[in-house]
Amino acid sequence: MPEVSMTVNGKPAKGQIEGRTLLVDFLRDTLNLTGTHVGCDTSQCGACVVHVDGRAVKACTMFAAEAEGAEIKTIEGMAEPDGTLHPIQAAFREHHGLQCGFCTPGMVMSAAALLAENPTPTEAEVRDYLEGNICRCTGYHNIVKAILAASGQDVSRIAAE
Amino acid sequence: MYAFEIDRPASLADAVTALGAEEAQALGGGQTLIPALKQRLASPARLVALSGVAEIKGICTADDGALSIGGGTTHADVAAGAGAYPALAALAGNIGDPAVRNRGTIGGSLANNDPSACYPAAVLGSGATVVTTNRQIAADDFFEGMFTTTLEDGEIITEVRFPVPEVASYQKFEQPASRFALVGVFVAKYADGVRVAVTGASEGGVFRWSEAEAALSRSFTPGALEGLSLSGDDMISDLHGTGAYRAHLVGVMARRAVAAAR
Ligand SMILES: Cc1cc2nc3c(=O)[nH]c(=O)nc-3n(C[C@H](O)[C@H](O)[C@H](O)COP(=O)(O)OP(=O)(O)OC[C@H]3O[C@@H](n4cnc5c(N)ncnc54)[C@H](O)[C@@H]3O)c2cc1C
Ligand code: FES
Ligand code: FES
Repeated sequence: MPEVSMTVNGKPAKGQIEGRTLLVDFLRDTLNLTGTHVGCDTSQCGACVVHVDGRAVKACTMFAAEAEGAEIKTIEGMAEPDGTLHPIQAAFREHHGLQCGFCTPGMVMSAAALLAENPTPTEAEVRDYLEGNICRCTGYHNIVKAILAASGQDVSRIAAE
Repeated sequence: MYAFEIDRPASLADAVTALGAEEAQALGGGQTLIPALKQRLASPARLVALSGVAEIKGICTADDGALSIGGGTTHADVAAGAGAYPALAALAGNIGDPAVRNRGTIGGSLANNDPSACYPAAVLGSGATVVTTNRQIAADDFFEGMFTTTLEDGEIITEVRFPVPEVASYQKFEQPASRFALVGVFVAKYADGVRVAVTGASEGGVFRWSEAEAALSRSFTPGALEGLSLSGDDMISDLHGTGAYRAHLVGVMARRAVAAAR
């Protein structure tokens, strides 16, 4: 079996893979980073979104072999080493941006990619960017609110729902 | 997925050699092929990933003014970098969602020729040229019907050359679950006439609407299309819409595209 090596959350990682090993399976099964979720496995839901060289990618729709040499960031790499939440994670907690939490890793990674590109998005831009992230619980309202809050915008007048 | 080996060559020459192997297939962004492999709709023995081939990525303006896009360029890079052809950049920026756009490529989209895909409408509507490892193919000769093109086994799309129109627009009526076009119409006005290409509608895949082209070449206004209609008989009919509905939508989207063209 061929070997693949990459940097995951700042640390070198390597392992044996098959050609068909998906990046998400390498992260979850080989590296035991189970924060990245598999909601659909059909490229629709975005629960598996991670960053590959700074870009949001569906880890269920990329082969691990293609991540050779890449910098990967997963939800486990967002908080500080001492456990302090990343501002986006803190905003999700503060604004009740999750219920069951299954979609949350993908939502946070997509939100981080959005804010890196567009530091103060409008509500419409946030909703548009989350087109590929599906949540079956929240109705999205508080997710959008949390992301706007994480961008430093005043959300006090957006009613909690 | 059935098992296969995966190669990731760093040059086009190595990719061509690798594709010469028995039952080898190119892997672009994988946004169509990986779902197909998971469903066991494809069973290649070897995948040749094009993502490491830098020479087929990027965007530049050619000497004749055409916008040249490498076959391995992602939708996100076209959305960000094809400012010289705003309607094309906008089309790329509205394919699927951000994560799909960060992986999916123009070459993969054209080779796949999904009857509801967006890029085929831009390529046909612009009279673009598809450049491969073997030859140059005019858009009018490239698309052969649903999921079929004139590409041969092992042939790689290296570049697509778009003549830049005076004004153009792509209007997509989105199928909200799949994010593909239920119907999409690309209209482009050139000095020598107007081209209108329709995706999402026909059983035969992307096509040119010649009556609309003739009417718009005389008068480039939404009103020029009043009274023109297509038959719903050869249109895709499924749970999302009947053939008659799609035929009607083509007219609506074409008028919107003319009104929005810039
Ligand atoms: C959730 C979702 C939403 C989507 N929405 C849209 C949409 O709104 N509009 C739209 O148009 N598309 C949409 N797509 C499809 C997307 O655009 C794909 O990226 C595209 O169709 C295939 O490109 P790829 O690079 O991913 O190719 P792949 O999936 O890797 O390959 C597709 C086919 O092309 C071949 N191939 C790949 N690259 C080349 C090349 N350079 N030369 C020759 N052959 C090649 C492969 O062998 C394969 O047969 C969507 C996909 C998903 C998952
Ligand atoms: S698990 Fe990857 S998109 Fe749903
Ligand atoms: S919080 Fe349950 S799926 Fe989003």
